[in-house]
Amino acid sequence: MVDLQQRLDQFLAEHDPTTTGAREFLGAQHDAGLAWVHFPDGLGGLGLSRGRQAEVDERLEAVGAPRPDVGRNSIGLGMAAPTMLAFGTPEMQRRHLRPIFACTEIWCQLFSEPGAGSDLAAVATRAVPDGDEWVVDGQKVWTSGAHNADFAILVARTDSSVPKHAGLTYFIVDMTDPGIEIRPLRQITGEAEFNEVFLSGVRVPDRNRVGAVGEGWKVATTTLNNERVAIGAGNDREAGQIGPVTERWRRDPSVRTPGNHAELMQWWVRTEVTRLAGERLRQGLAVGQPGPESSAMKLAFAQQAQQVSGFALELAPEEGLTYHDWSMVRPETGSFLGHGPGFRYLRAKGNSIEGGTSEIMRNIIAERVLGLPPEHRPDKGIAFKDVPR
Amino acid sequence: MTDLLYTDIEESLRSSVRSSLQRSLDDGLAARLYDEPDTDVGPLWRGLAEQLGLAGLLVPERLGGSGAGPREAAVVLEELGRSVAPVPFLTSAVIATSALLSAGDEEFLPVLSAGERTAVLVLPWTARRGAWAAVDGAVGPVAGAVGADLFLVPEQGEGGVTSLRAYEADDVEVEPITSLDMTRPLARVATRGQGAEVARGAPAEAAVDAALGAGQALLASEQLGLAQWCLETTVEYAKTRVQFARPVGSFQAIKHRLADLYLLLVNTQAAARYAAGTLADDDPDQQVAQSLAQSFCSDAAVHAAEEALQLHGGIGMTWEHPVHTRLKRAKSDQLALGTPERHRDDLADLVDLPAP
Ligand SMILES: Cc1cc2nc3c(=O)[nH]c(=O)nc-3n(C[C@H](O)[C@H](O)[C@H](O)COP(=O)(O)OP(=O)(O)OC[C@H]3O[C@@H](n4cnc5c(N)ncnc54)[C@H](O)[C@@H]3O)c2cc1C
Repeated sequence: MVDLQQRLDQFLAEHDPTTTGAREFLGAQHDAGLAWVHFPDGLGGLGLSRGRQAEVDERLEAVGAPRPDVGRNSIGLGMAAPTMLAFGTPEMQRRHLRPIFACTEIWCQLFSEPGAGSDLAAVATRAVPDGDEWVVDGQKVWTSGAHNADFAILVARTDSSVPKHAGLTYFIVDMTDPGIEIRPLRQITGEAEFNEVFLSGVRVPDRNRVGAVGEGWKVATTTLNNERVAIGAGNDREAGQIGPVTERWRRDPSVRTPGNHAELMQWWVRTEVTRLAGERLRQGLAVGQPGPESSAMKLAFAQQAQQVSGFALELAPEEGLTYHDWSMVRPETGSFLGHGPGFRYLRAKGNSIEGGTSEIMRNIIAERVLGLPPEHRPDKGIAFKDVPR
Repeated sequence: MTDLLYTDIEESLRSSVRSSLQRSLDDGLAARLYDEPDTDVGPLWRGLAEQLGLAGLLVPERLGGSGAGPREAAVVLEELGRSVAPVPFLTSAVIATSALLSAGDEEFLPVLSAGERTAVLVLPWTARRGAWAAVDGAVGPVAGAVGADLFLVPEQGEGGVTSLRAYEADDVEVEPITSLDMTRPLARVATRGQGAEVARGAPAEAAVDAALGAGQALLASEQLGLAQWCLETTVEYAKTRVQFARPVGSFQAIKHRLADLYLLLVNTQAAARYAAGTLADDDPDQQVAQSLAQSFCSDAAVHAAEEALQLHGGIGMTWEHPVHTRLKRAKSDQLALGTPERHRDDLADLVDLPAP
């Protein structure tokens, strides 16, 4: 039995969090098995239950230790790492988990395509075997942070003679491959957080395949369930969109009207209850992987973020009429909270689209959690190449 | 952070309560109480209390109880809420019992724990922690007074000091009121004579607040159980009811409403567990948790019952279908122990977001 506090004592004695650089500290944290305590020994963990990570995080937060930059590397930390742990080869895990945690490797997600968004299993980007490599051709879209990424997780079609879910395979792609072209796509906020990504003749060694050939859908489902837990994960009361609103209310008596107060308390209650439900989900996940229930948290987070960020503009109307800056930048991080209230309002509109739309979340809850009868699916049982598109 | 999940012990208590209710509560009883309010529900409660020790759940073993805590009581209330069981668990075994526990009583608790007698805190059912007034003469509407044996009345004593007094049934007049929810009927209560003092001054006030606080914390679990019944019943119905040659549950408009309801219940469950957990842990955040739970779970239960009614179509409007008993309980629960709006006001003070 590992004494976690003792291990933390020792780790902190050897690595002063106030003087050690973030990358070095995080690398050492990984090596000490304190990155993800539920991961195996030697892979950033100690084989403990998932729930015990909270003890580590609380302790490190209390001493002001550097934290992984979730804004820059949300896909590496929240999606690539848990997926690789579940399906990756030992070599792959040793190669990537440490740099992901230390944020020396930034990741992006090459899933969505012009013809495959909600219907992710309809991806058409092809991967064709060639010796011990795969050759990838196709086009991806809405790829957040591709312009900063070193690596990508990719879902590609390896067999179009079988129904759509059966012909997919999951890969790790080096974003510096000469066959990759990245074009910024400007979004509603004025920034270009996401991109179009063109893949032509991109060569991927077979050792970068995650899971078996044809099992890409199963692997992608793990990624998506983890994504839905990661989105909106904030542990503290008044974290997220409610934070700037309550801060404003306490600081500035001029915003305090009876109507605003009634509305503020409605949002406060809903935000807090959503936080507790997220906490309950995390306690429940202390063992095992997230399942379809994570869709409920993603849905709740999106609704509440949108409503609260809209209210924030009404609360301080003069400020709500202004905007911080419209110039086109390609940001380093995908922050929901940066800049002013106008940015927060516009960026939150993406919360009900990215990571699966709210409509898709409702379908998942209805069918996979509540067991309601499935939608009519005209492409069921038909080879992907024969489905009209 | 308090534990928001259920322990194995709680789950086994849940299944005992559920199977006892299945054996002893007949399906039609709730609706029958509207036509026959005098139906004797005493044996139902005595049976549950005897078999499962529910009456003394919160009472320490030393005083004849089972020494369990608010988390277990919450699970019992989830089950009672599902079945809208007409038993005085909340009013007697939670609220009145919490007042006596806070007051350090050793006289009445052993008798209550045995399930032979039931008690009631005599205050309007709309009273909430920190917002109630001493009783002067007659008071109503009081929940749990019909059929009670012991009446705990916070009165204004000499020099304006609060005195919590206990009256026997002979010394009170209980006048039933036709109630929106006849499974938890209300009454006007008037006292005669003096009663016996249980606590005086600050301890008396603390006892009443502790009772109302525990009620608020755990009513949320009754609301949760009721709402879960509504969702499950409606999901089952939507799978079997066929229109346009398809189960109505395969229409996306219906699926999405049920998915939203599921999400609401996930949130309701978190709020209810947090209120029960912080009460059990005597956590400094418990007052926030109670007002949070009552401002959220009250509305959630009403919404769940309203959705259940709508998605059952015409059959939902009938007396034969049990959904109306849930709607009546949910709406009454929403007004009990402080409305959501009042609790949001309390919350604003507690979390320093002051009204203008
Ligand atoms: C800010 C942002 C960042 C993103 N980042 C990434 C990224 O990094 N990598 C990546 O791969 N993707 C990314 N995405 C893409 C995202 O996952 C997709 O946009 C999303 O899955 C929806 O697909 P779509 O845009 O093709 O919409 P469509 O699937 O075309 O949907 C259009 C509308 O139809 C509705 N709809 C579709 N199917 C159904 C159905 N069965 N039932 C009911 N309604 C339905 C949808 O809900 C939506 O309202 C990002 C998106 C955004 C907005």
